[in-house]
Amino acid sequence: MAKSSRLNKWLISGPPLIYLIIFFAIPSLIMAFAAFRFPGDYGGLLPLIATNPETGANELLVNAQNWRDYLTFENFGLFFTDSIYVELFAKSFWYAGLTTLICLVMAYPLAWLIARSPKKYRDLMILLVILPFWSNFLIRVYAWMIILGPQGYFSMAINQVLALIGVGPVQLMFSHFAVIIVLVYVHLPFMVLPLYANLEKHDMALLDAAQDLGASGWQRFWKVTWPLSLPGVWAGAALVFIPALGMFAVPDLVGGTDGIMIGNLIKQQFLDSRDWPFGSVLSIMLTLAVLLLAGLAALIGRGGKRNAL
Amino acid sequence: MHSKQSKWLWAAALFAYAFLYVPLIIVVVYSFNDSKLNAEWVGFTFKWYEVLFNNEQMLVAARNSLIIAIITSFCATVLGTLAGLAMHKYKLRLLPLLVLTPIAIPEILMGVSLLIFFVMLNMTLGLVSVALAHIAFCIGFVAIVVRSRLQGMDEALVEAARDLGATPIQAFRLVTMPLIMPGIIAGALMAFTLSIDDFVITFFTAGAGASTLPLQIYSMIRIAVTPEVNAISTLLMLLTLFLIVVASKIAPSALRAD
Repeated sequence: MAKSSRLNKWLISGPPLIYLIIFFAIPSLIMAFAAFRFPGDYGGLLPLIATNPETGANELLVNAQNWRDYLTFENFGLFFTDSIYVELFAKSFWYAGLTTLICLVMAYPLAWLIARSPKKYRDLMILLVILPFWSNFLIRVYAWMIILGPQGYFSMAINQVLALIGVGPVQLMFSHFAVIIVLVYVHLPFMVLPLYANLEKHDMALLDAAQDLGASGWQRFWKVTWPLSLPGVWAGAALVFIPALGMFAVPDLVGGTDGIMIGNLIKQQFLDSRDWPFGSVLSIMLTLAVLLLAGLAALIGRGGKRNAL
Repeated sequence: MHSKQSKWLWAAALFAYAFLYVPLIIVVVYSFNDSKLNAEWVGFTFKWYEVLFNNEQMLVAARNSLIIAIITSFCATVLGTLAGLAMHKYKLRLLPLLVLTPIAIPEILMGVSLLIFFVMLNMTLGLVSVALAHIAFCIGFVAIVVRSRLQGMDEALVEAARDLGATPIQAFRLVTMPLIMPGIIAGALMAFTLSIDDFVITFFTAGAGASTLPLQIYSMIRIAVTPEVNAISTLLMLLTLFLIVVASKIAPSALRAD
């Protein structure tokens, strides 16, 4: 019996486990290792294995004596010697942070309203939030390219208003503004859903009790609803911040030269300059940033829950 | 609720809904505009749809997307369902980590690491590499849906079946499986849409070998904005709507936000 249940366990968990080890864990480890290697002559990576022309067998080129010719810490040094990379990381954090904040401000009243609506409308209202999210991500970016384009009605209207107060025309496309607004647009549902899931569970009696005790509307929100909703806020913040941090398509399409983020640099290293070791360094830095944030969010989230209780 | 408060709430919510929908409506409207520019409204036309259906590259890309999505949703559903079952039944450490991390990290990281991996294996980048990559990131989504369905299931039903003499396999096939079927279907639909929509991971793993619809749209909107893109966007939105309607018919729980 014990034997067959062990067998069952392996039959069930084995296939997905093996698949993910091959196509997720191993590639990730290879990428981490690539950060310590040298770029090849034609991009990619300097080979560690070569075919011996005499024997025809594959031989490992790197050994204890010559490992310095094949492995290096310099790629990491490069990251810290030129401040431009650290600055780009800081800028990406700023973009992602601002995006998260704007999403939170827009999503909160919406999530609250849906959570307090009669039950029969709730599913429909939440479906209306998810629906645009089901259309392709590039289509949603493209929609803003039309709106922000210099010949679009929106740009023209804004520039006419600006002209009235004597301010010269502004270009909305290819700006920081464009990157932020599109990042907010593509991530907004990620914030609404966890907030709604949290707010829906709140016990309305708590608000009534607060009111009976003389709390004003603002006090009731700040002292009751907000602390209780913190787990939802943190979940939403993580769901918006992390993908926004690694984004490359949005800055590529609407950011212009000013608006690039870490993701653009990573993409550039892998596909254009083909400096894979440095691209891997950047990817590792991004991974570390995400892990750090996830750890931090888990800590604060736990603290938030304790405070709420 | 005070009416003044709720008025503000409604205003904010309506603004958020408008923010979500107006851009997409603009895309649909411009797909019928008889002008090469996405600017002034000139007149009504279907010509961009005609242009679209005569665009060979676009049709090939659509076919590629469809092939990859079908393969992906099949394989990811099988593997993801197993993962969901395993995570529900057993206390595991490695599997949940491997299943959930791809969802939590930025997509670009998975894209570039798979690029290095496939190139190292001397694999020609194309439909196969894209499908392998898509399966890897879809497994987690299917597993989550299936696991949440299992958590809502009454274990007593399986025990009752066992008491009545069913073998474990019979109990699974006749009791567990039908009960979690909506979750499995929801997971399959999710994998299908995730695959057909994915841009980032596809971008790194497709090479020059295979273009998909998102890659095709990306290259078109990078060079110049053309009304053809409005037309394909409108059609894709219609397809999505259709899938949602289908999903709500066969698996209502697929649409529940939990």
